[in-house]
Amino acid sequence: MENLLAGLEMLARWDVMLALLVGSVGGVIIGAIPGVGPAVAIAILLPATFSLDPIVGLTMLLGIYGSSMYGGAIPAVLINTPGTAVNALTSYDGFPMTERGEAHRAVSLAYSASFWGGIFGILCLILLSPVLAKIAPMFGSREIFLAALLGVILVILAHRGQIFAAGMLAMFGIFLQTVGLDAVTYSQRYTFGLSFLSSGVNLVVVVLGLFALSQAFLLLLEPDSSPDAKPVKGRLGVGFKELLKHKRVATVASSFGVILGMIPGTGEFTAQFMSYTYAQKTSKNPDSFGKGSPEGLIASEAANNAVPAAAMIPLLALGIPGEALTAMMLSVFYVHNVIPGPQLFQNNIDLVYGLYFALIALNVIVMIFLVFSTNLLTKIIRVPTRFLGVMILLLSFVGVYSLRNSLSDCMIAAGFGVLGLILKRLNLPIVPIILGMVLGGIMEVKLRSAMPRLKTPLDMIDRPIAAIIFGMIVLVLLLHMRTLIKEWRAHQPETDHDMHDSQMR
Amino acid sequence: MSRIKTLQALFKRYRRPGDIVFAWLALIVSVLLLSQLADQTAWRSGGKLFAQPRFWPAVSLGGMTVFAALHLLGSALSERLHGRWHEVGLWAASFEYAVWFIAYASVVPYAGYLPATMIFAVALTVRAGYRRPWAILAAIGSAISVVLLFKPLLRVNLPSGLIYDSLPEGLRQIMLTYF
Repeated sequence: MENLLAGLEMLARWDVMLALLVGSVGGVIIGAIPGVGPAVAIAILLPATFSLDPIVGLTMLLGIYGSSMYGGAIPAVLINTPGTAVNALTSYDGFPMTERGEAHRAVSLAYSASFWGGIFGILCLILLSPVLAKIAPMFGSREIFLAALLGVILVILAHRGQIFAAGMLAMFGIFLQTVGLDAVTYSQRYTFGLSFLSSGVNLVVVVLGLFALSQAFLLLLEPDSSPDAKPVKGRLGVGFKELLKHKRVATVASSFGVILGMIPGTGEFTAQFMSYTYAQKTSKNPDSFGKGSPEGLIASEAANNAVPAAAMIPLLALGIPGEALTAMMLSVFYVHNVIPGPQLFQNNIDLVYGLYFALIALNVIVMIFLVFSTNLLTKIIRVPTRFLGVMILLLSFVGVYSLRNSLSDCMIAAGFGVLGLILKRLNLPIVPIILGMVLGGIMEVKLRSAMPRLKTPLDMIDRPIAAIIFGMIVLVLLLHMRTLIKEWRAHQPETDHDMHDSQMR
Repeated sequence: MSRIKTLQALFKRYRRPGDIVFAWLALIVSVLLLSQLADQTAWRSGGKLFAQPRFWPAVSLGGMTVFAALHLLGSALSERLHGRWHEVGLWAASFEYAVWFIAYASVVPYAGYLPATMIFAVALTVRAGYRRPWAILAAIGSAISVVLLFKPLLRVNLPSGLIYDSLPEGLRQIMLTYF
């Protein structure tokens, strides 16, 4: 109880509240502009938060992370262009509703479902915390190594139809984190005699290049357009009443979001897809899905908004990020000398509770903001795309250069910008590179520290949790092999993978 | 025959034009990097395999090469898509904006953050095809807002311009501190 109060106390500061407000409102606006995802915004703001207090910087970025999907629903519903990649399924049913003249109903339902999902995710996180606090200390070096390995395998396998590319890019990420001076043996690795490579390739520089600069280049190269969203008329609070008629769909979708959010490498997209399929299968009107079904809209929005809170579970308890945004959050924690992992729950539980309350507060702030300002947002998303590209390019500079005032970093970021553009054009995933970098670093450190206690390779899995994670790795691989063999036998044609547009996250 | 077809189907993927060019480039880069393994990493005698500084570069580059080869195989076995060189041309065109970015970063320590941002915002806006006065004004306004947000407000670590030294004393102090 005193931990809860200490957590609340942490938030009761004007600078924390201001950061939360700026983060949440900024996140909604950023999410609403097609082409600028939360990843771009977090990457740009990351260095700016270095000078702030840990809790202030963290709540601001958490605000952006948790609120961007609310904003992303607006263009998905109104102009059939998802603001963030994870709102893709929202447009399936949201836009047909707009075409039928029910834009107000669709937007209102999307907000309500998002709120339901968001709060459900946080409640699960709070309820699971005592369990996590008990289990997390059981994770030693070998368990964390195996969990990170599971994360790498899952992020590769989650990209169905692009597994070879995802594998290649994840391995590239793992390689990138090895570049520079090895901290244990003091030997140079792949520096080619260049002094600026000795300090390694910075994660923030890679993130800014792959997400922000690539997006700027893409917007500047493609034909100019200006999304035209019509204003929405009517009260936006009415969606809650309709949502209550579909409580079951909303709750099951949120549960999918929580479960898949906790598993590294899977995230919003899979959660959304599974919830949508569930909603369609159990609906009385399955034929209306894709043609403006409120249940489809609810399933998609409730699922994706339950993910951020759930994704914080492996991040806070084990220090393992499940997707690109939590990977960036991890670097924020490190910069502020808050090391997520088993010790966090023992030593800094008040900070953990503070973050939970911040998540609840941001959902409330965003709902209030959206009820009053949706029409203002429809004007903001009309920014011409090329002009947006110019702005992202200028903002990316702040993110890269303020890290260590290095021109070499800017050149590396520009190089990754071109690589990111190529990957986006080819519809290949970017996330495996980022997760490869972060999880690769964790694997290297944890395997090294586990080594002295291992006499035979079997010692790696002689503890219960290590054995369970190892069992999960084997199971995941076997299940994947089974699916492959089934597909081979059934001569199934490859489905369209355009939906797997995870790179904008 | 049908067996070959199914094997092909297994390796086929959803692709876009230019995929095979990227697949070749990725394989070449992977092989080149892997070939430098002995040269660019060290091997400590007596140390365990998993603790060697060479271990993770070898694992990652080995994996990268295998996956890149499979990716290329998948691309080669899928039907040909037209427009690959047009796509490669677009990738090459993006280098122009990479140069813009590096040029902007090189100019800031000399011209100062505010002047450099304003100049580049206007120049890039014109380059992007906007000619109307409102667009230029919007670029200037946005540039000033960005600078105000990051330099005086968030106190982000950015160098002050060398050019500021030639300003009169009072103005010089203001520019050095805030812009």
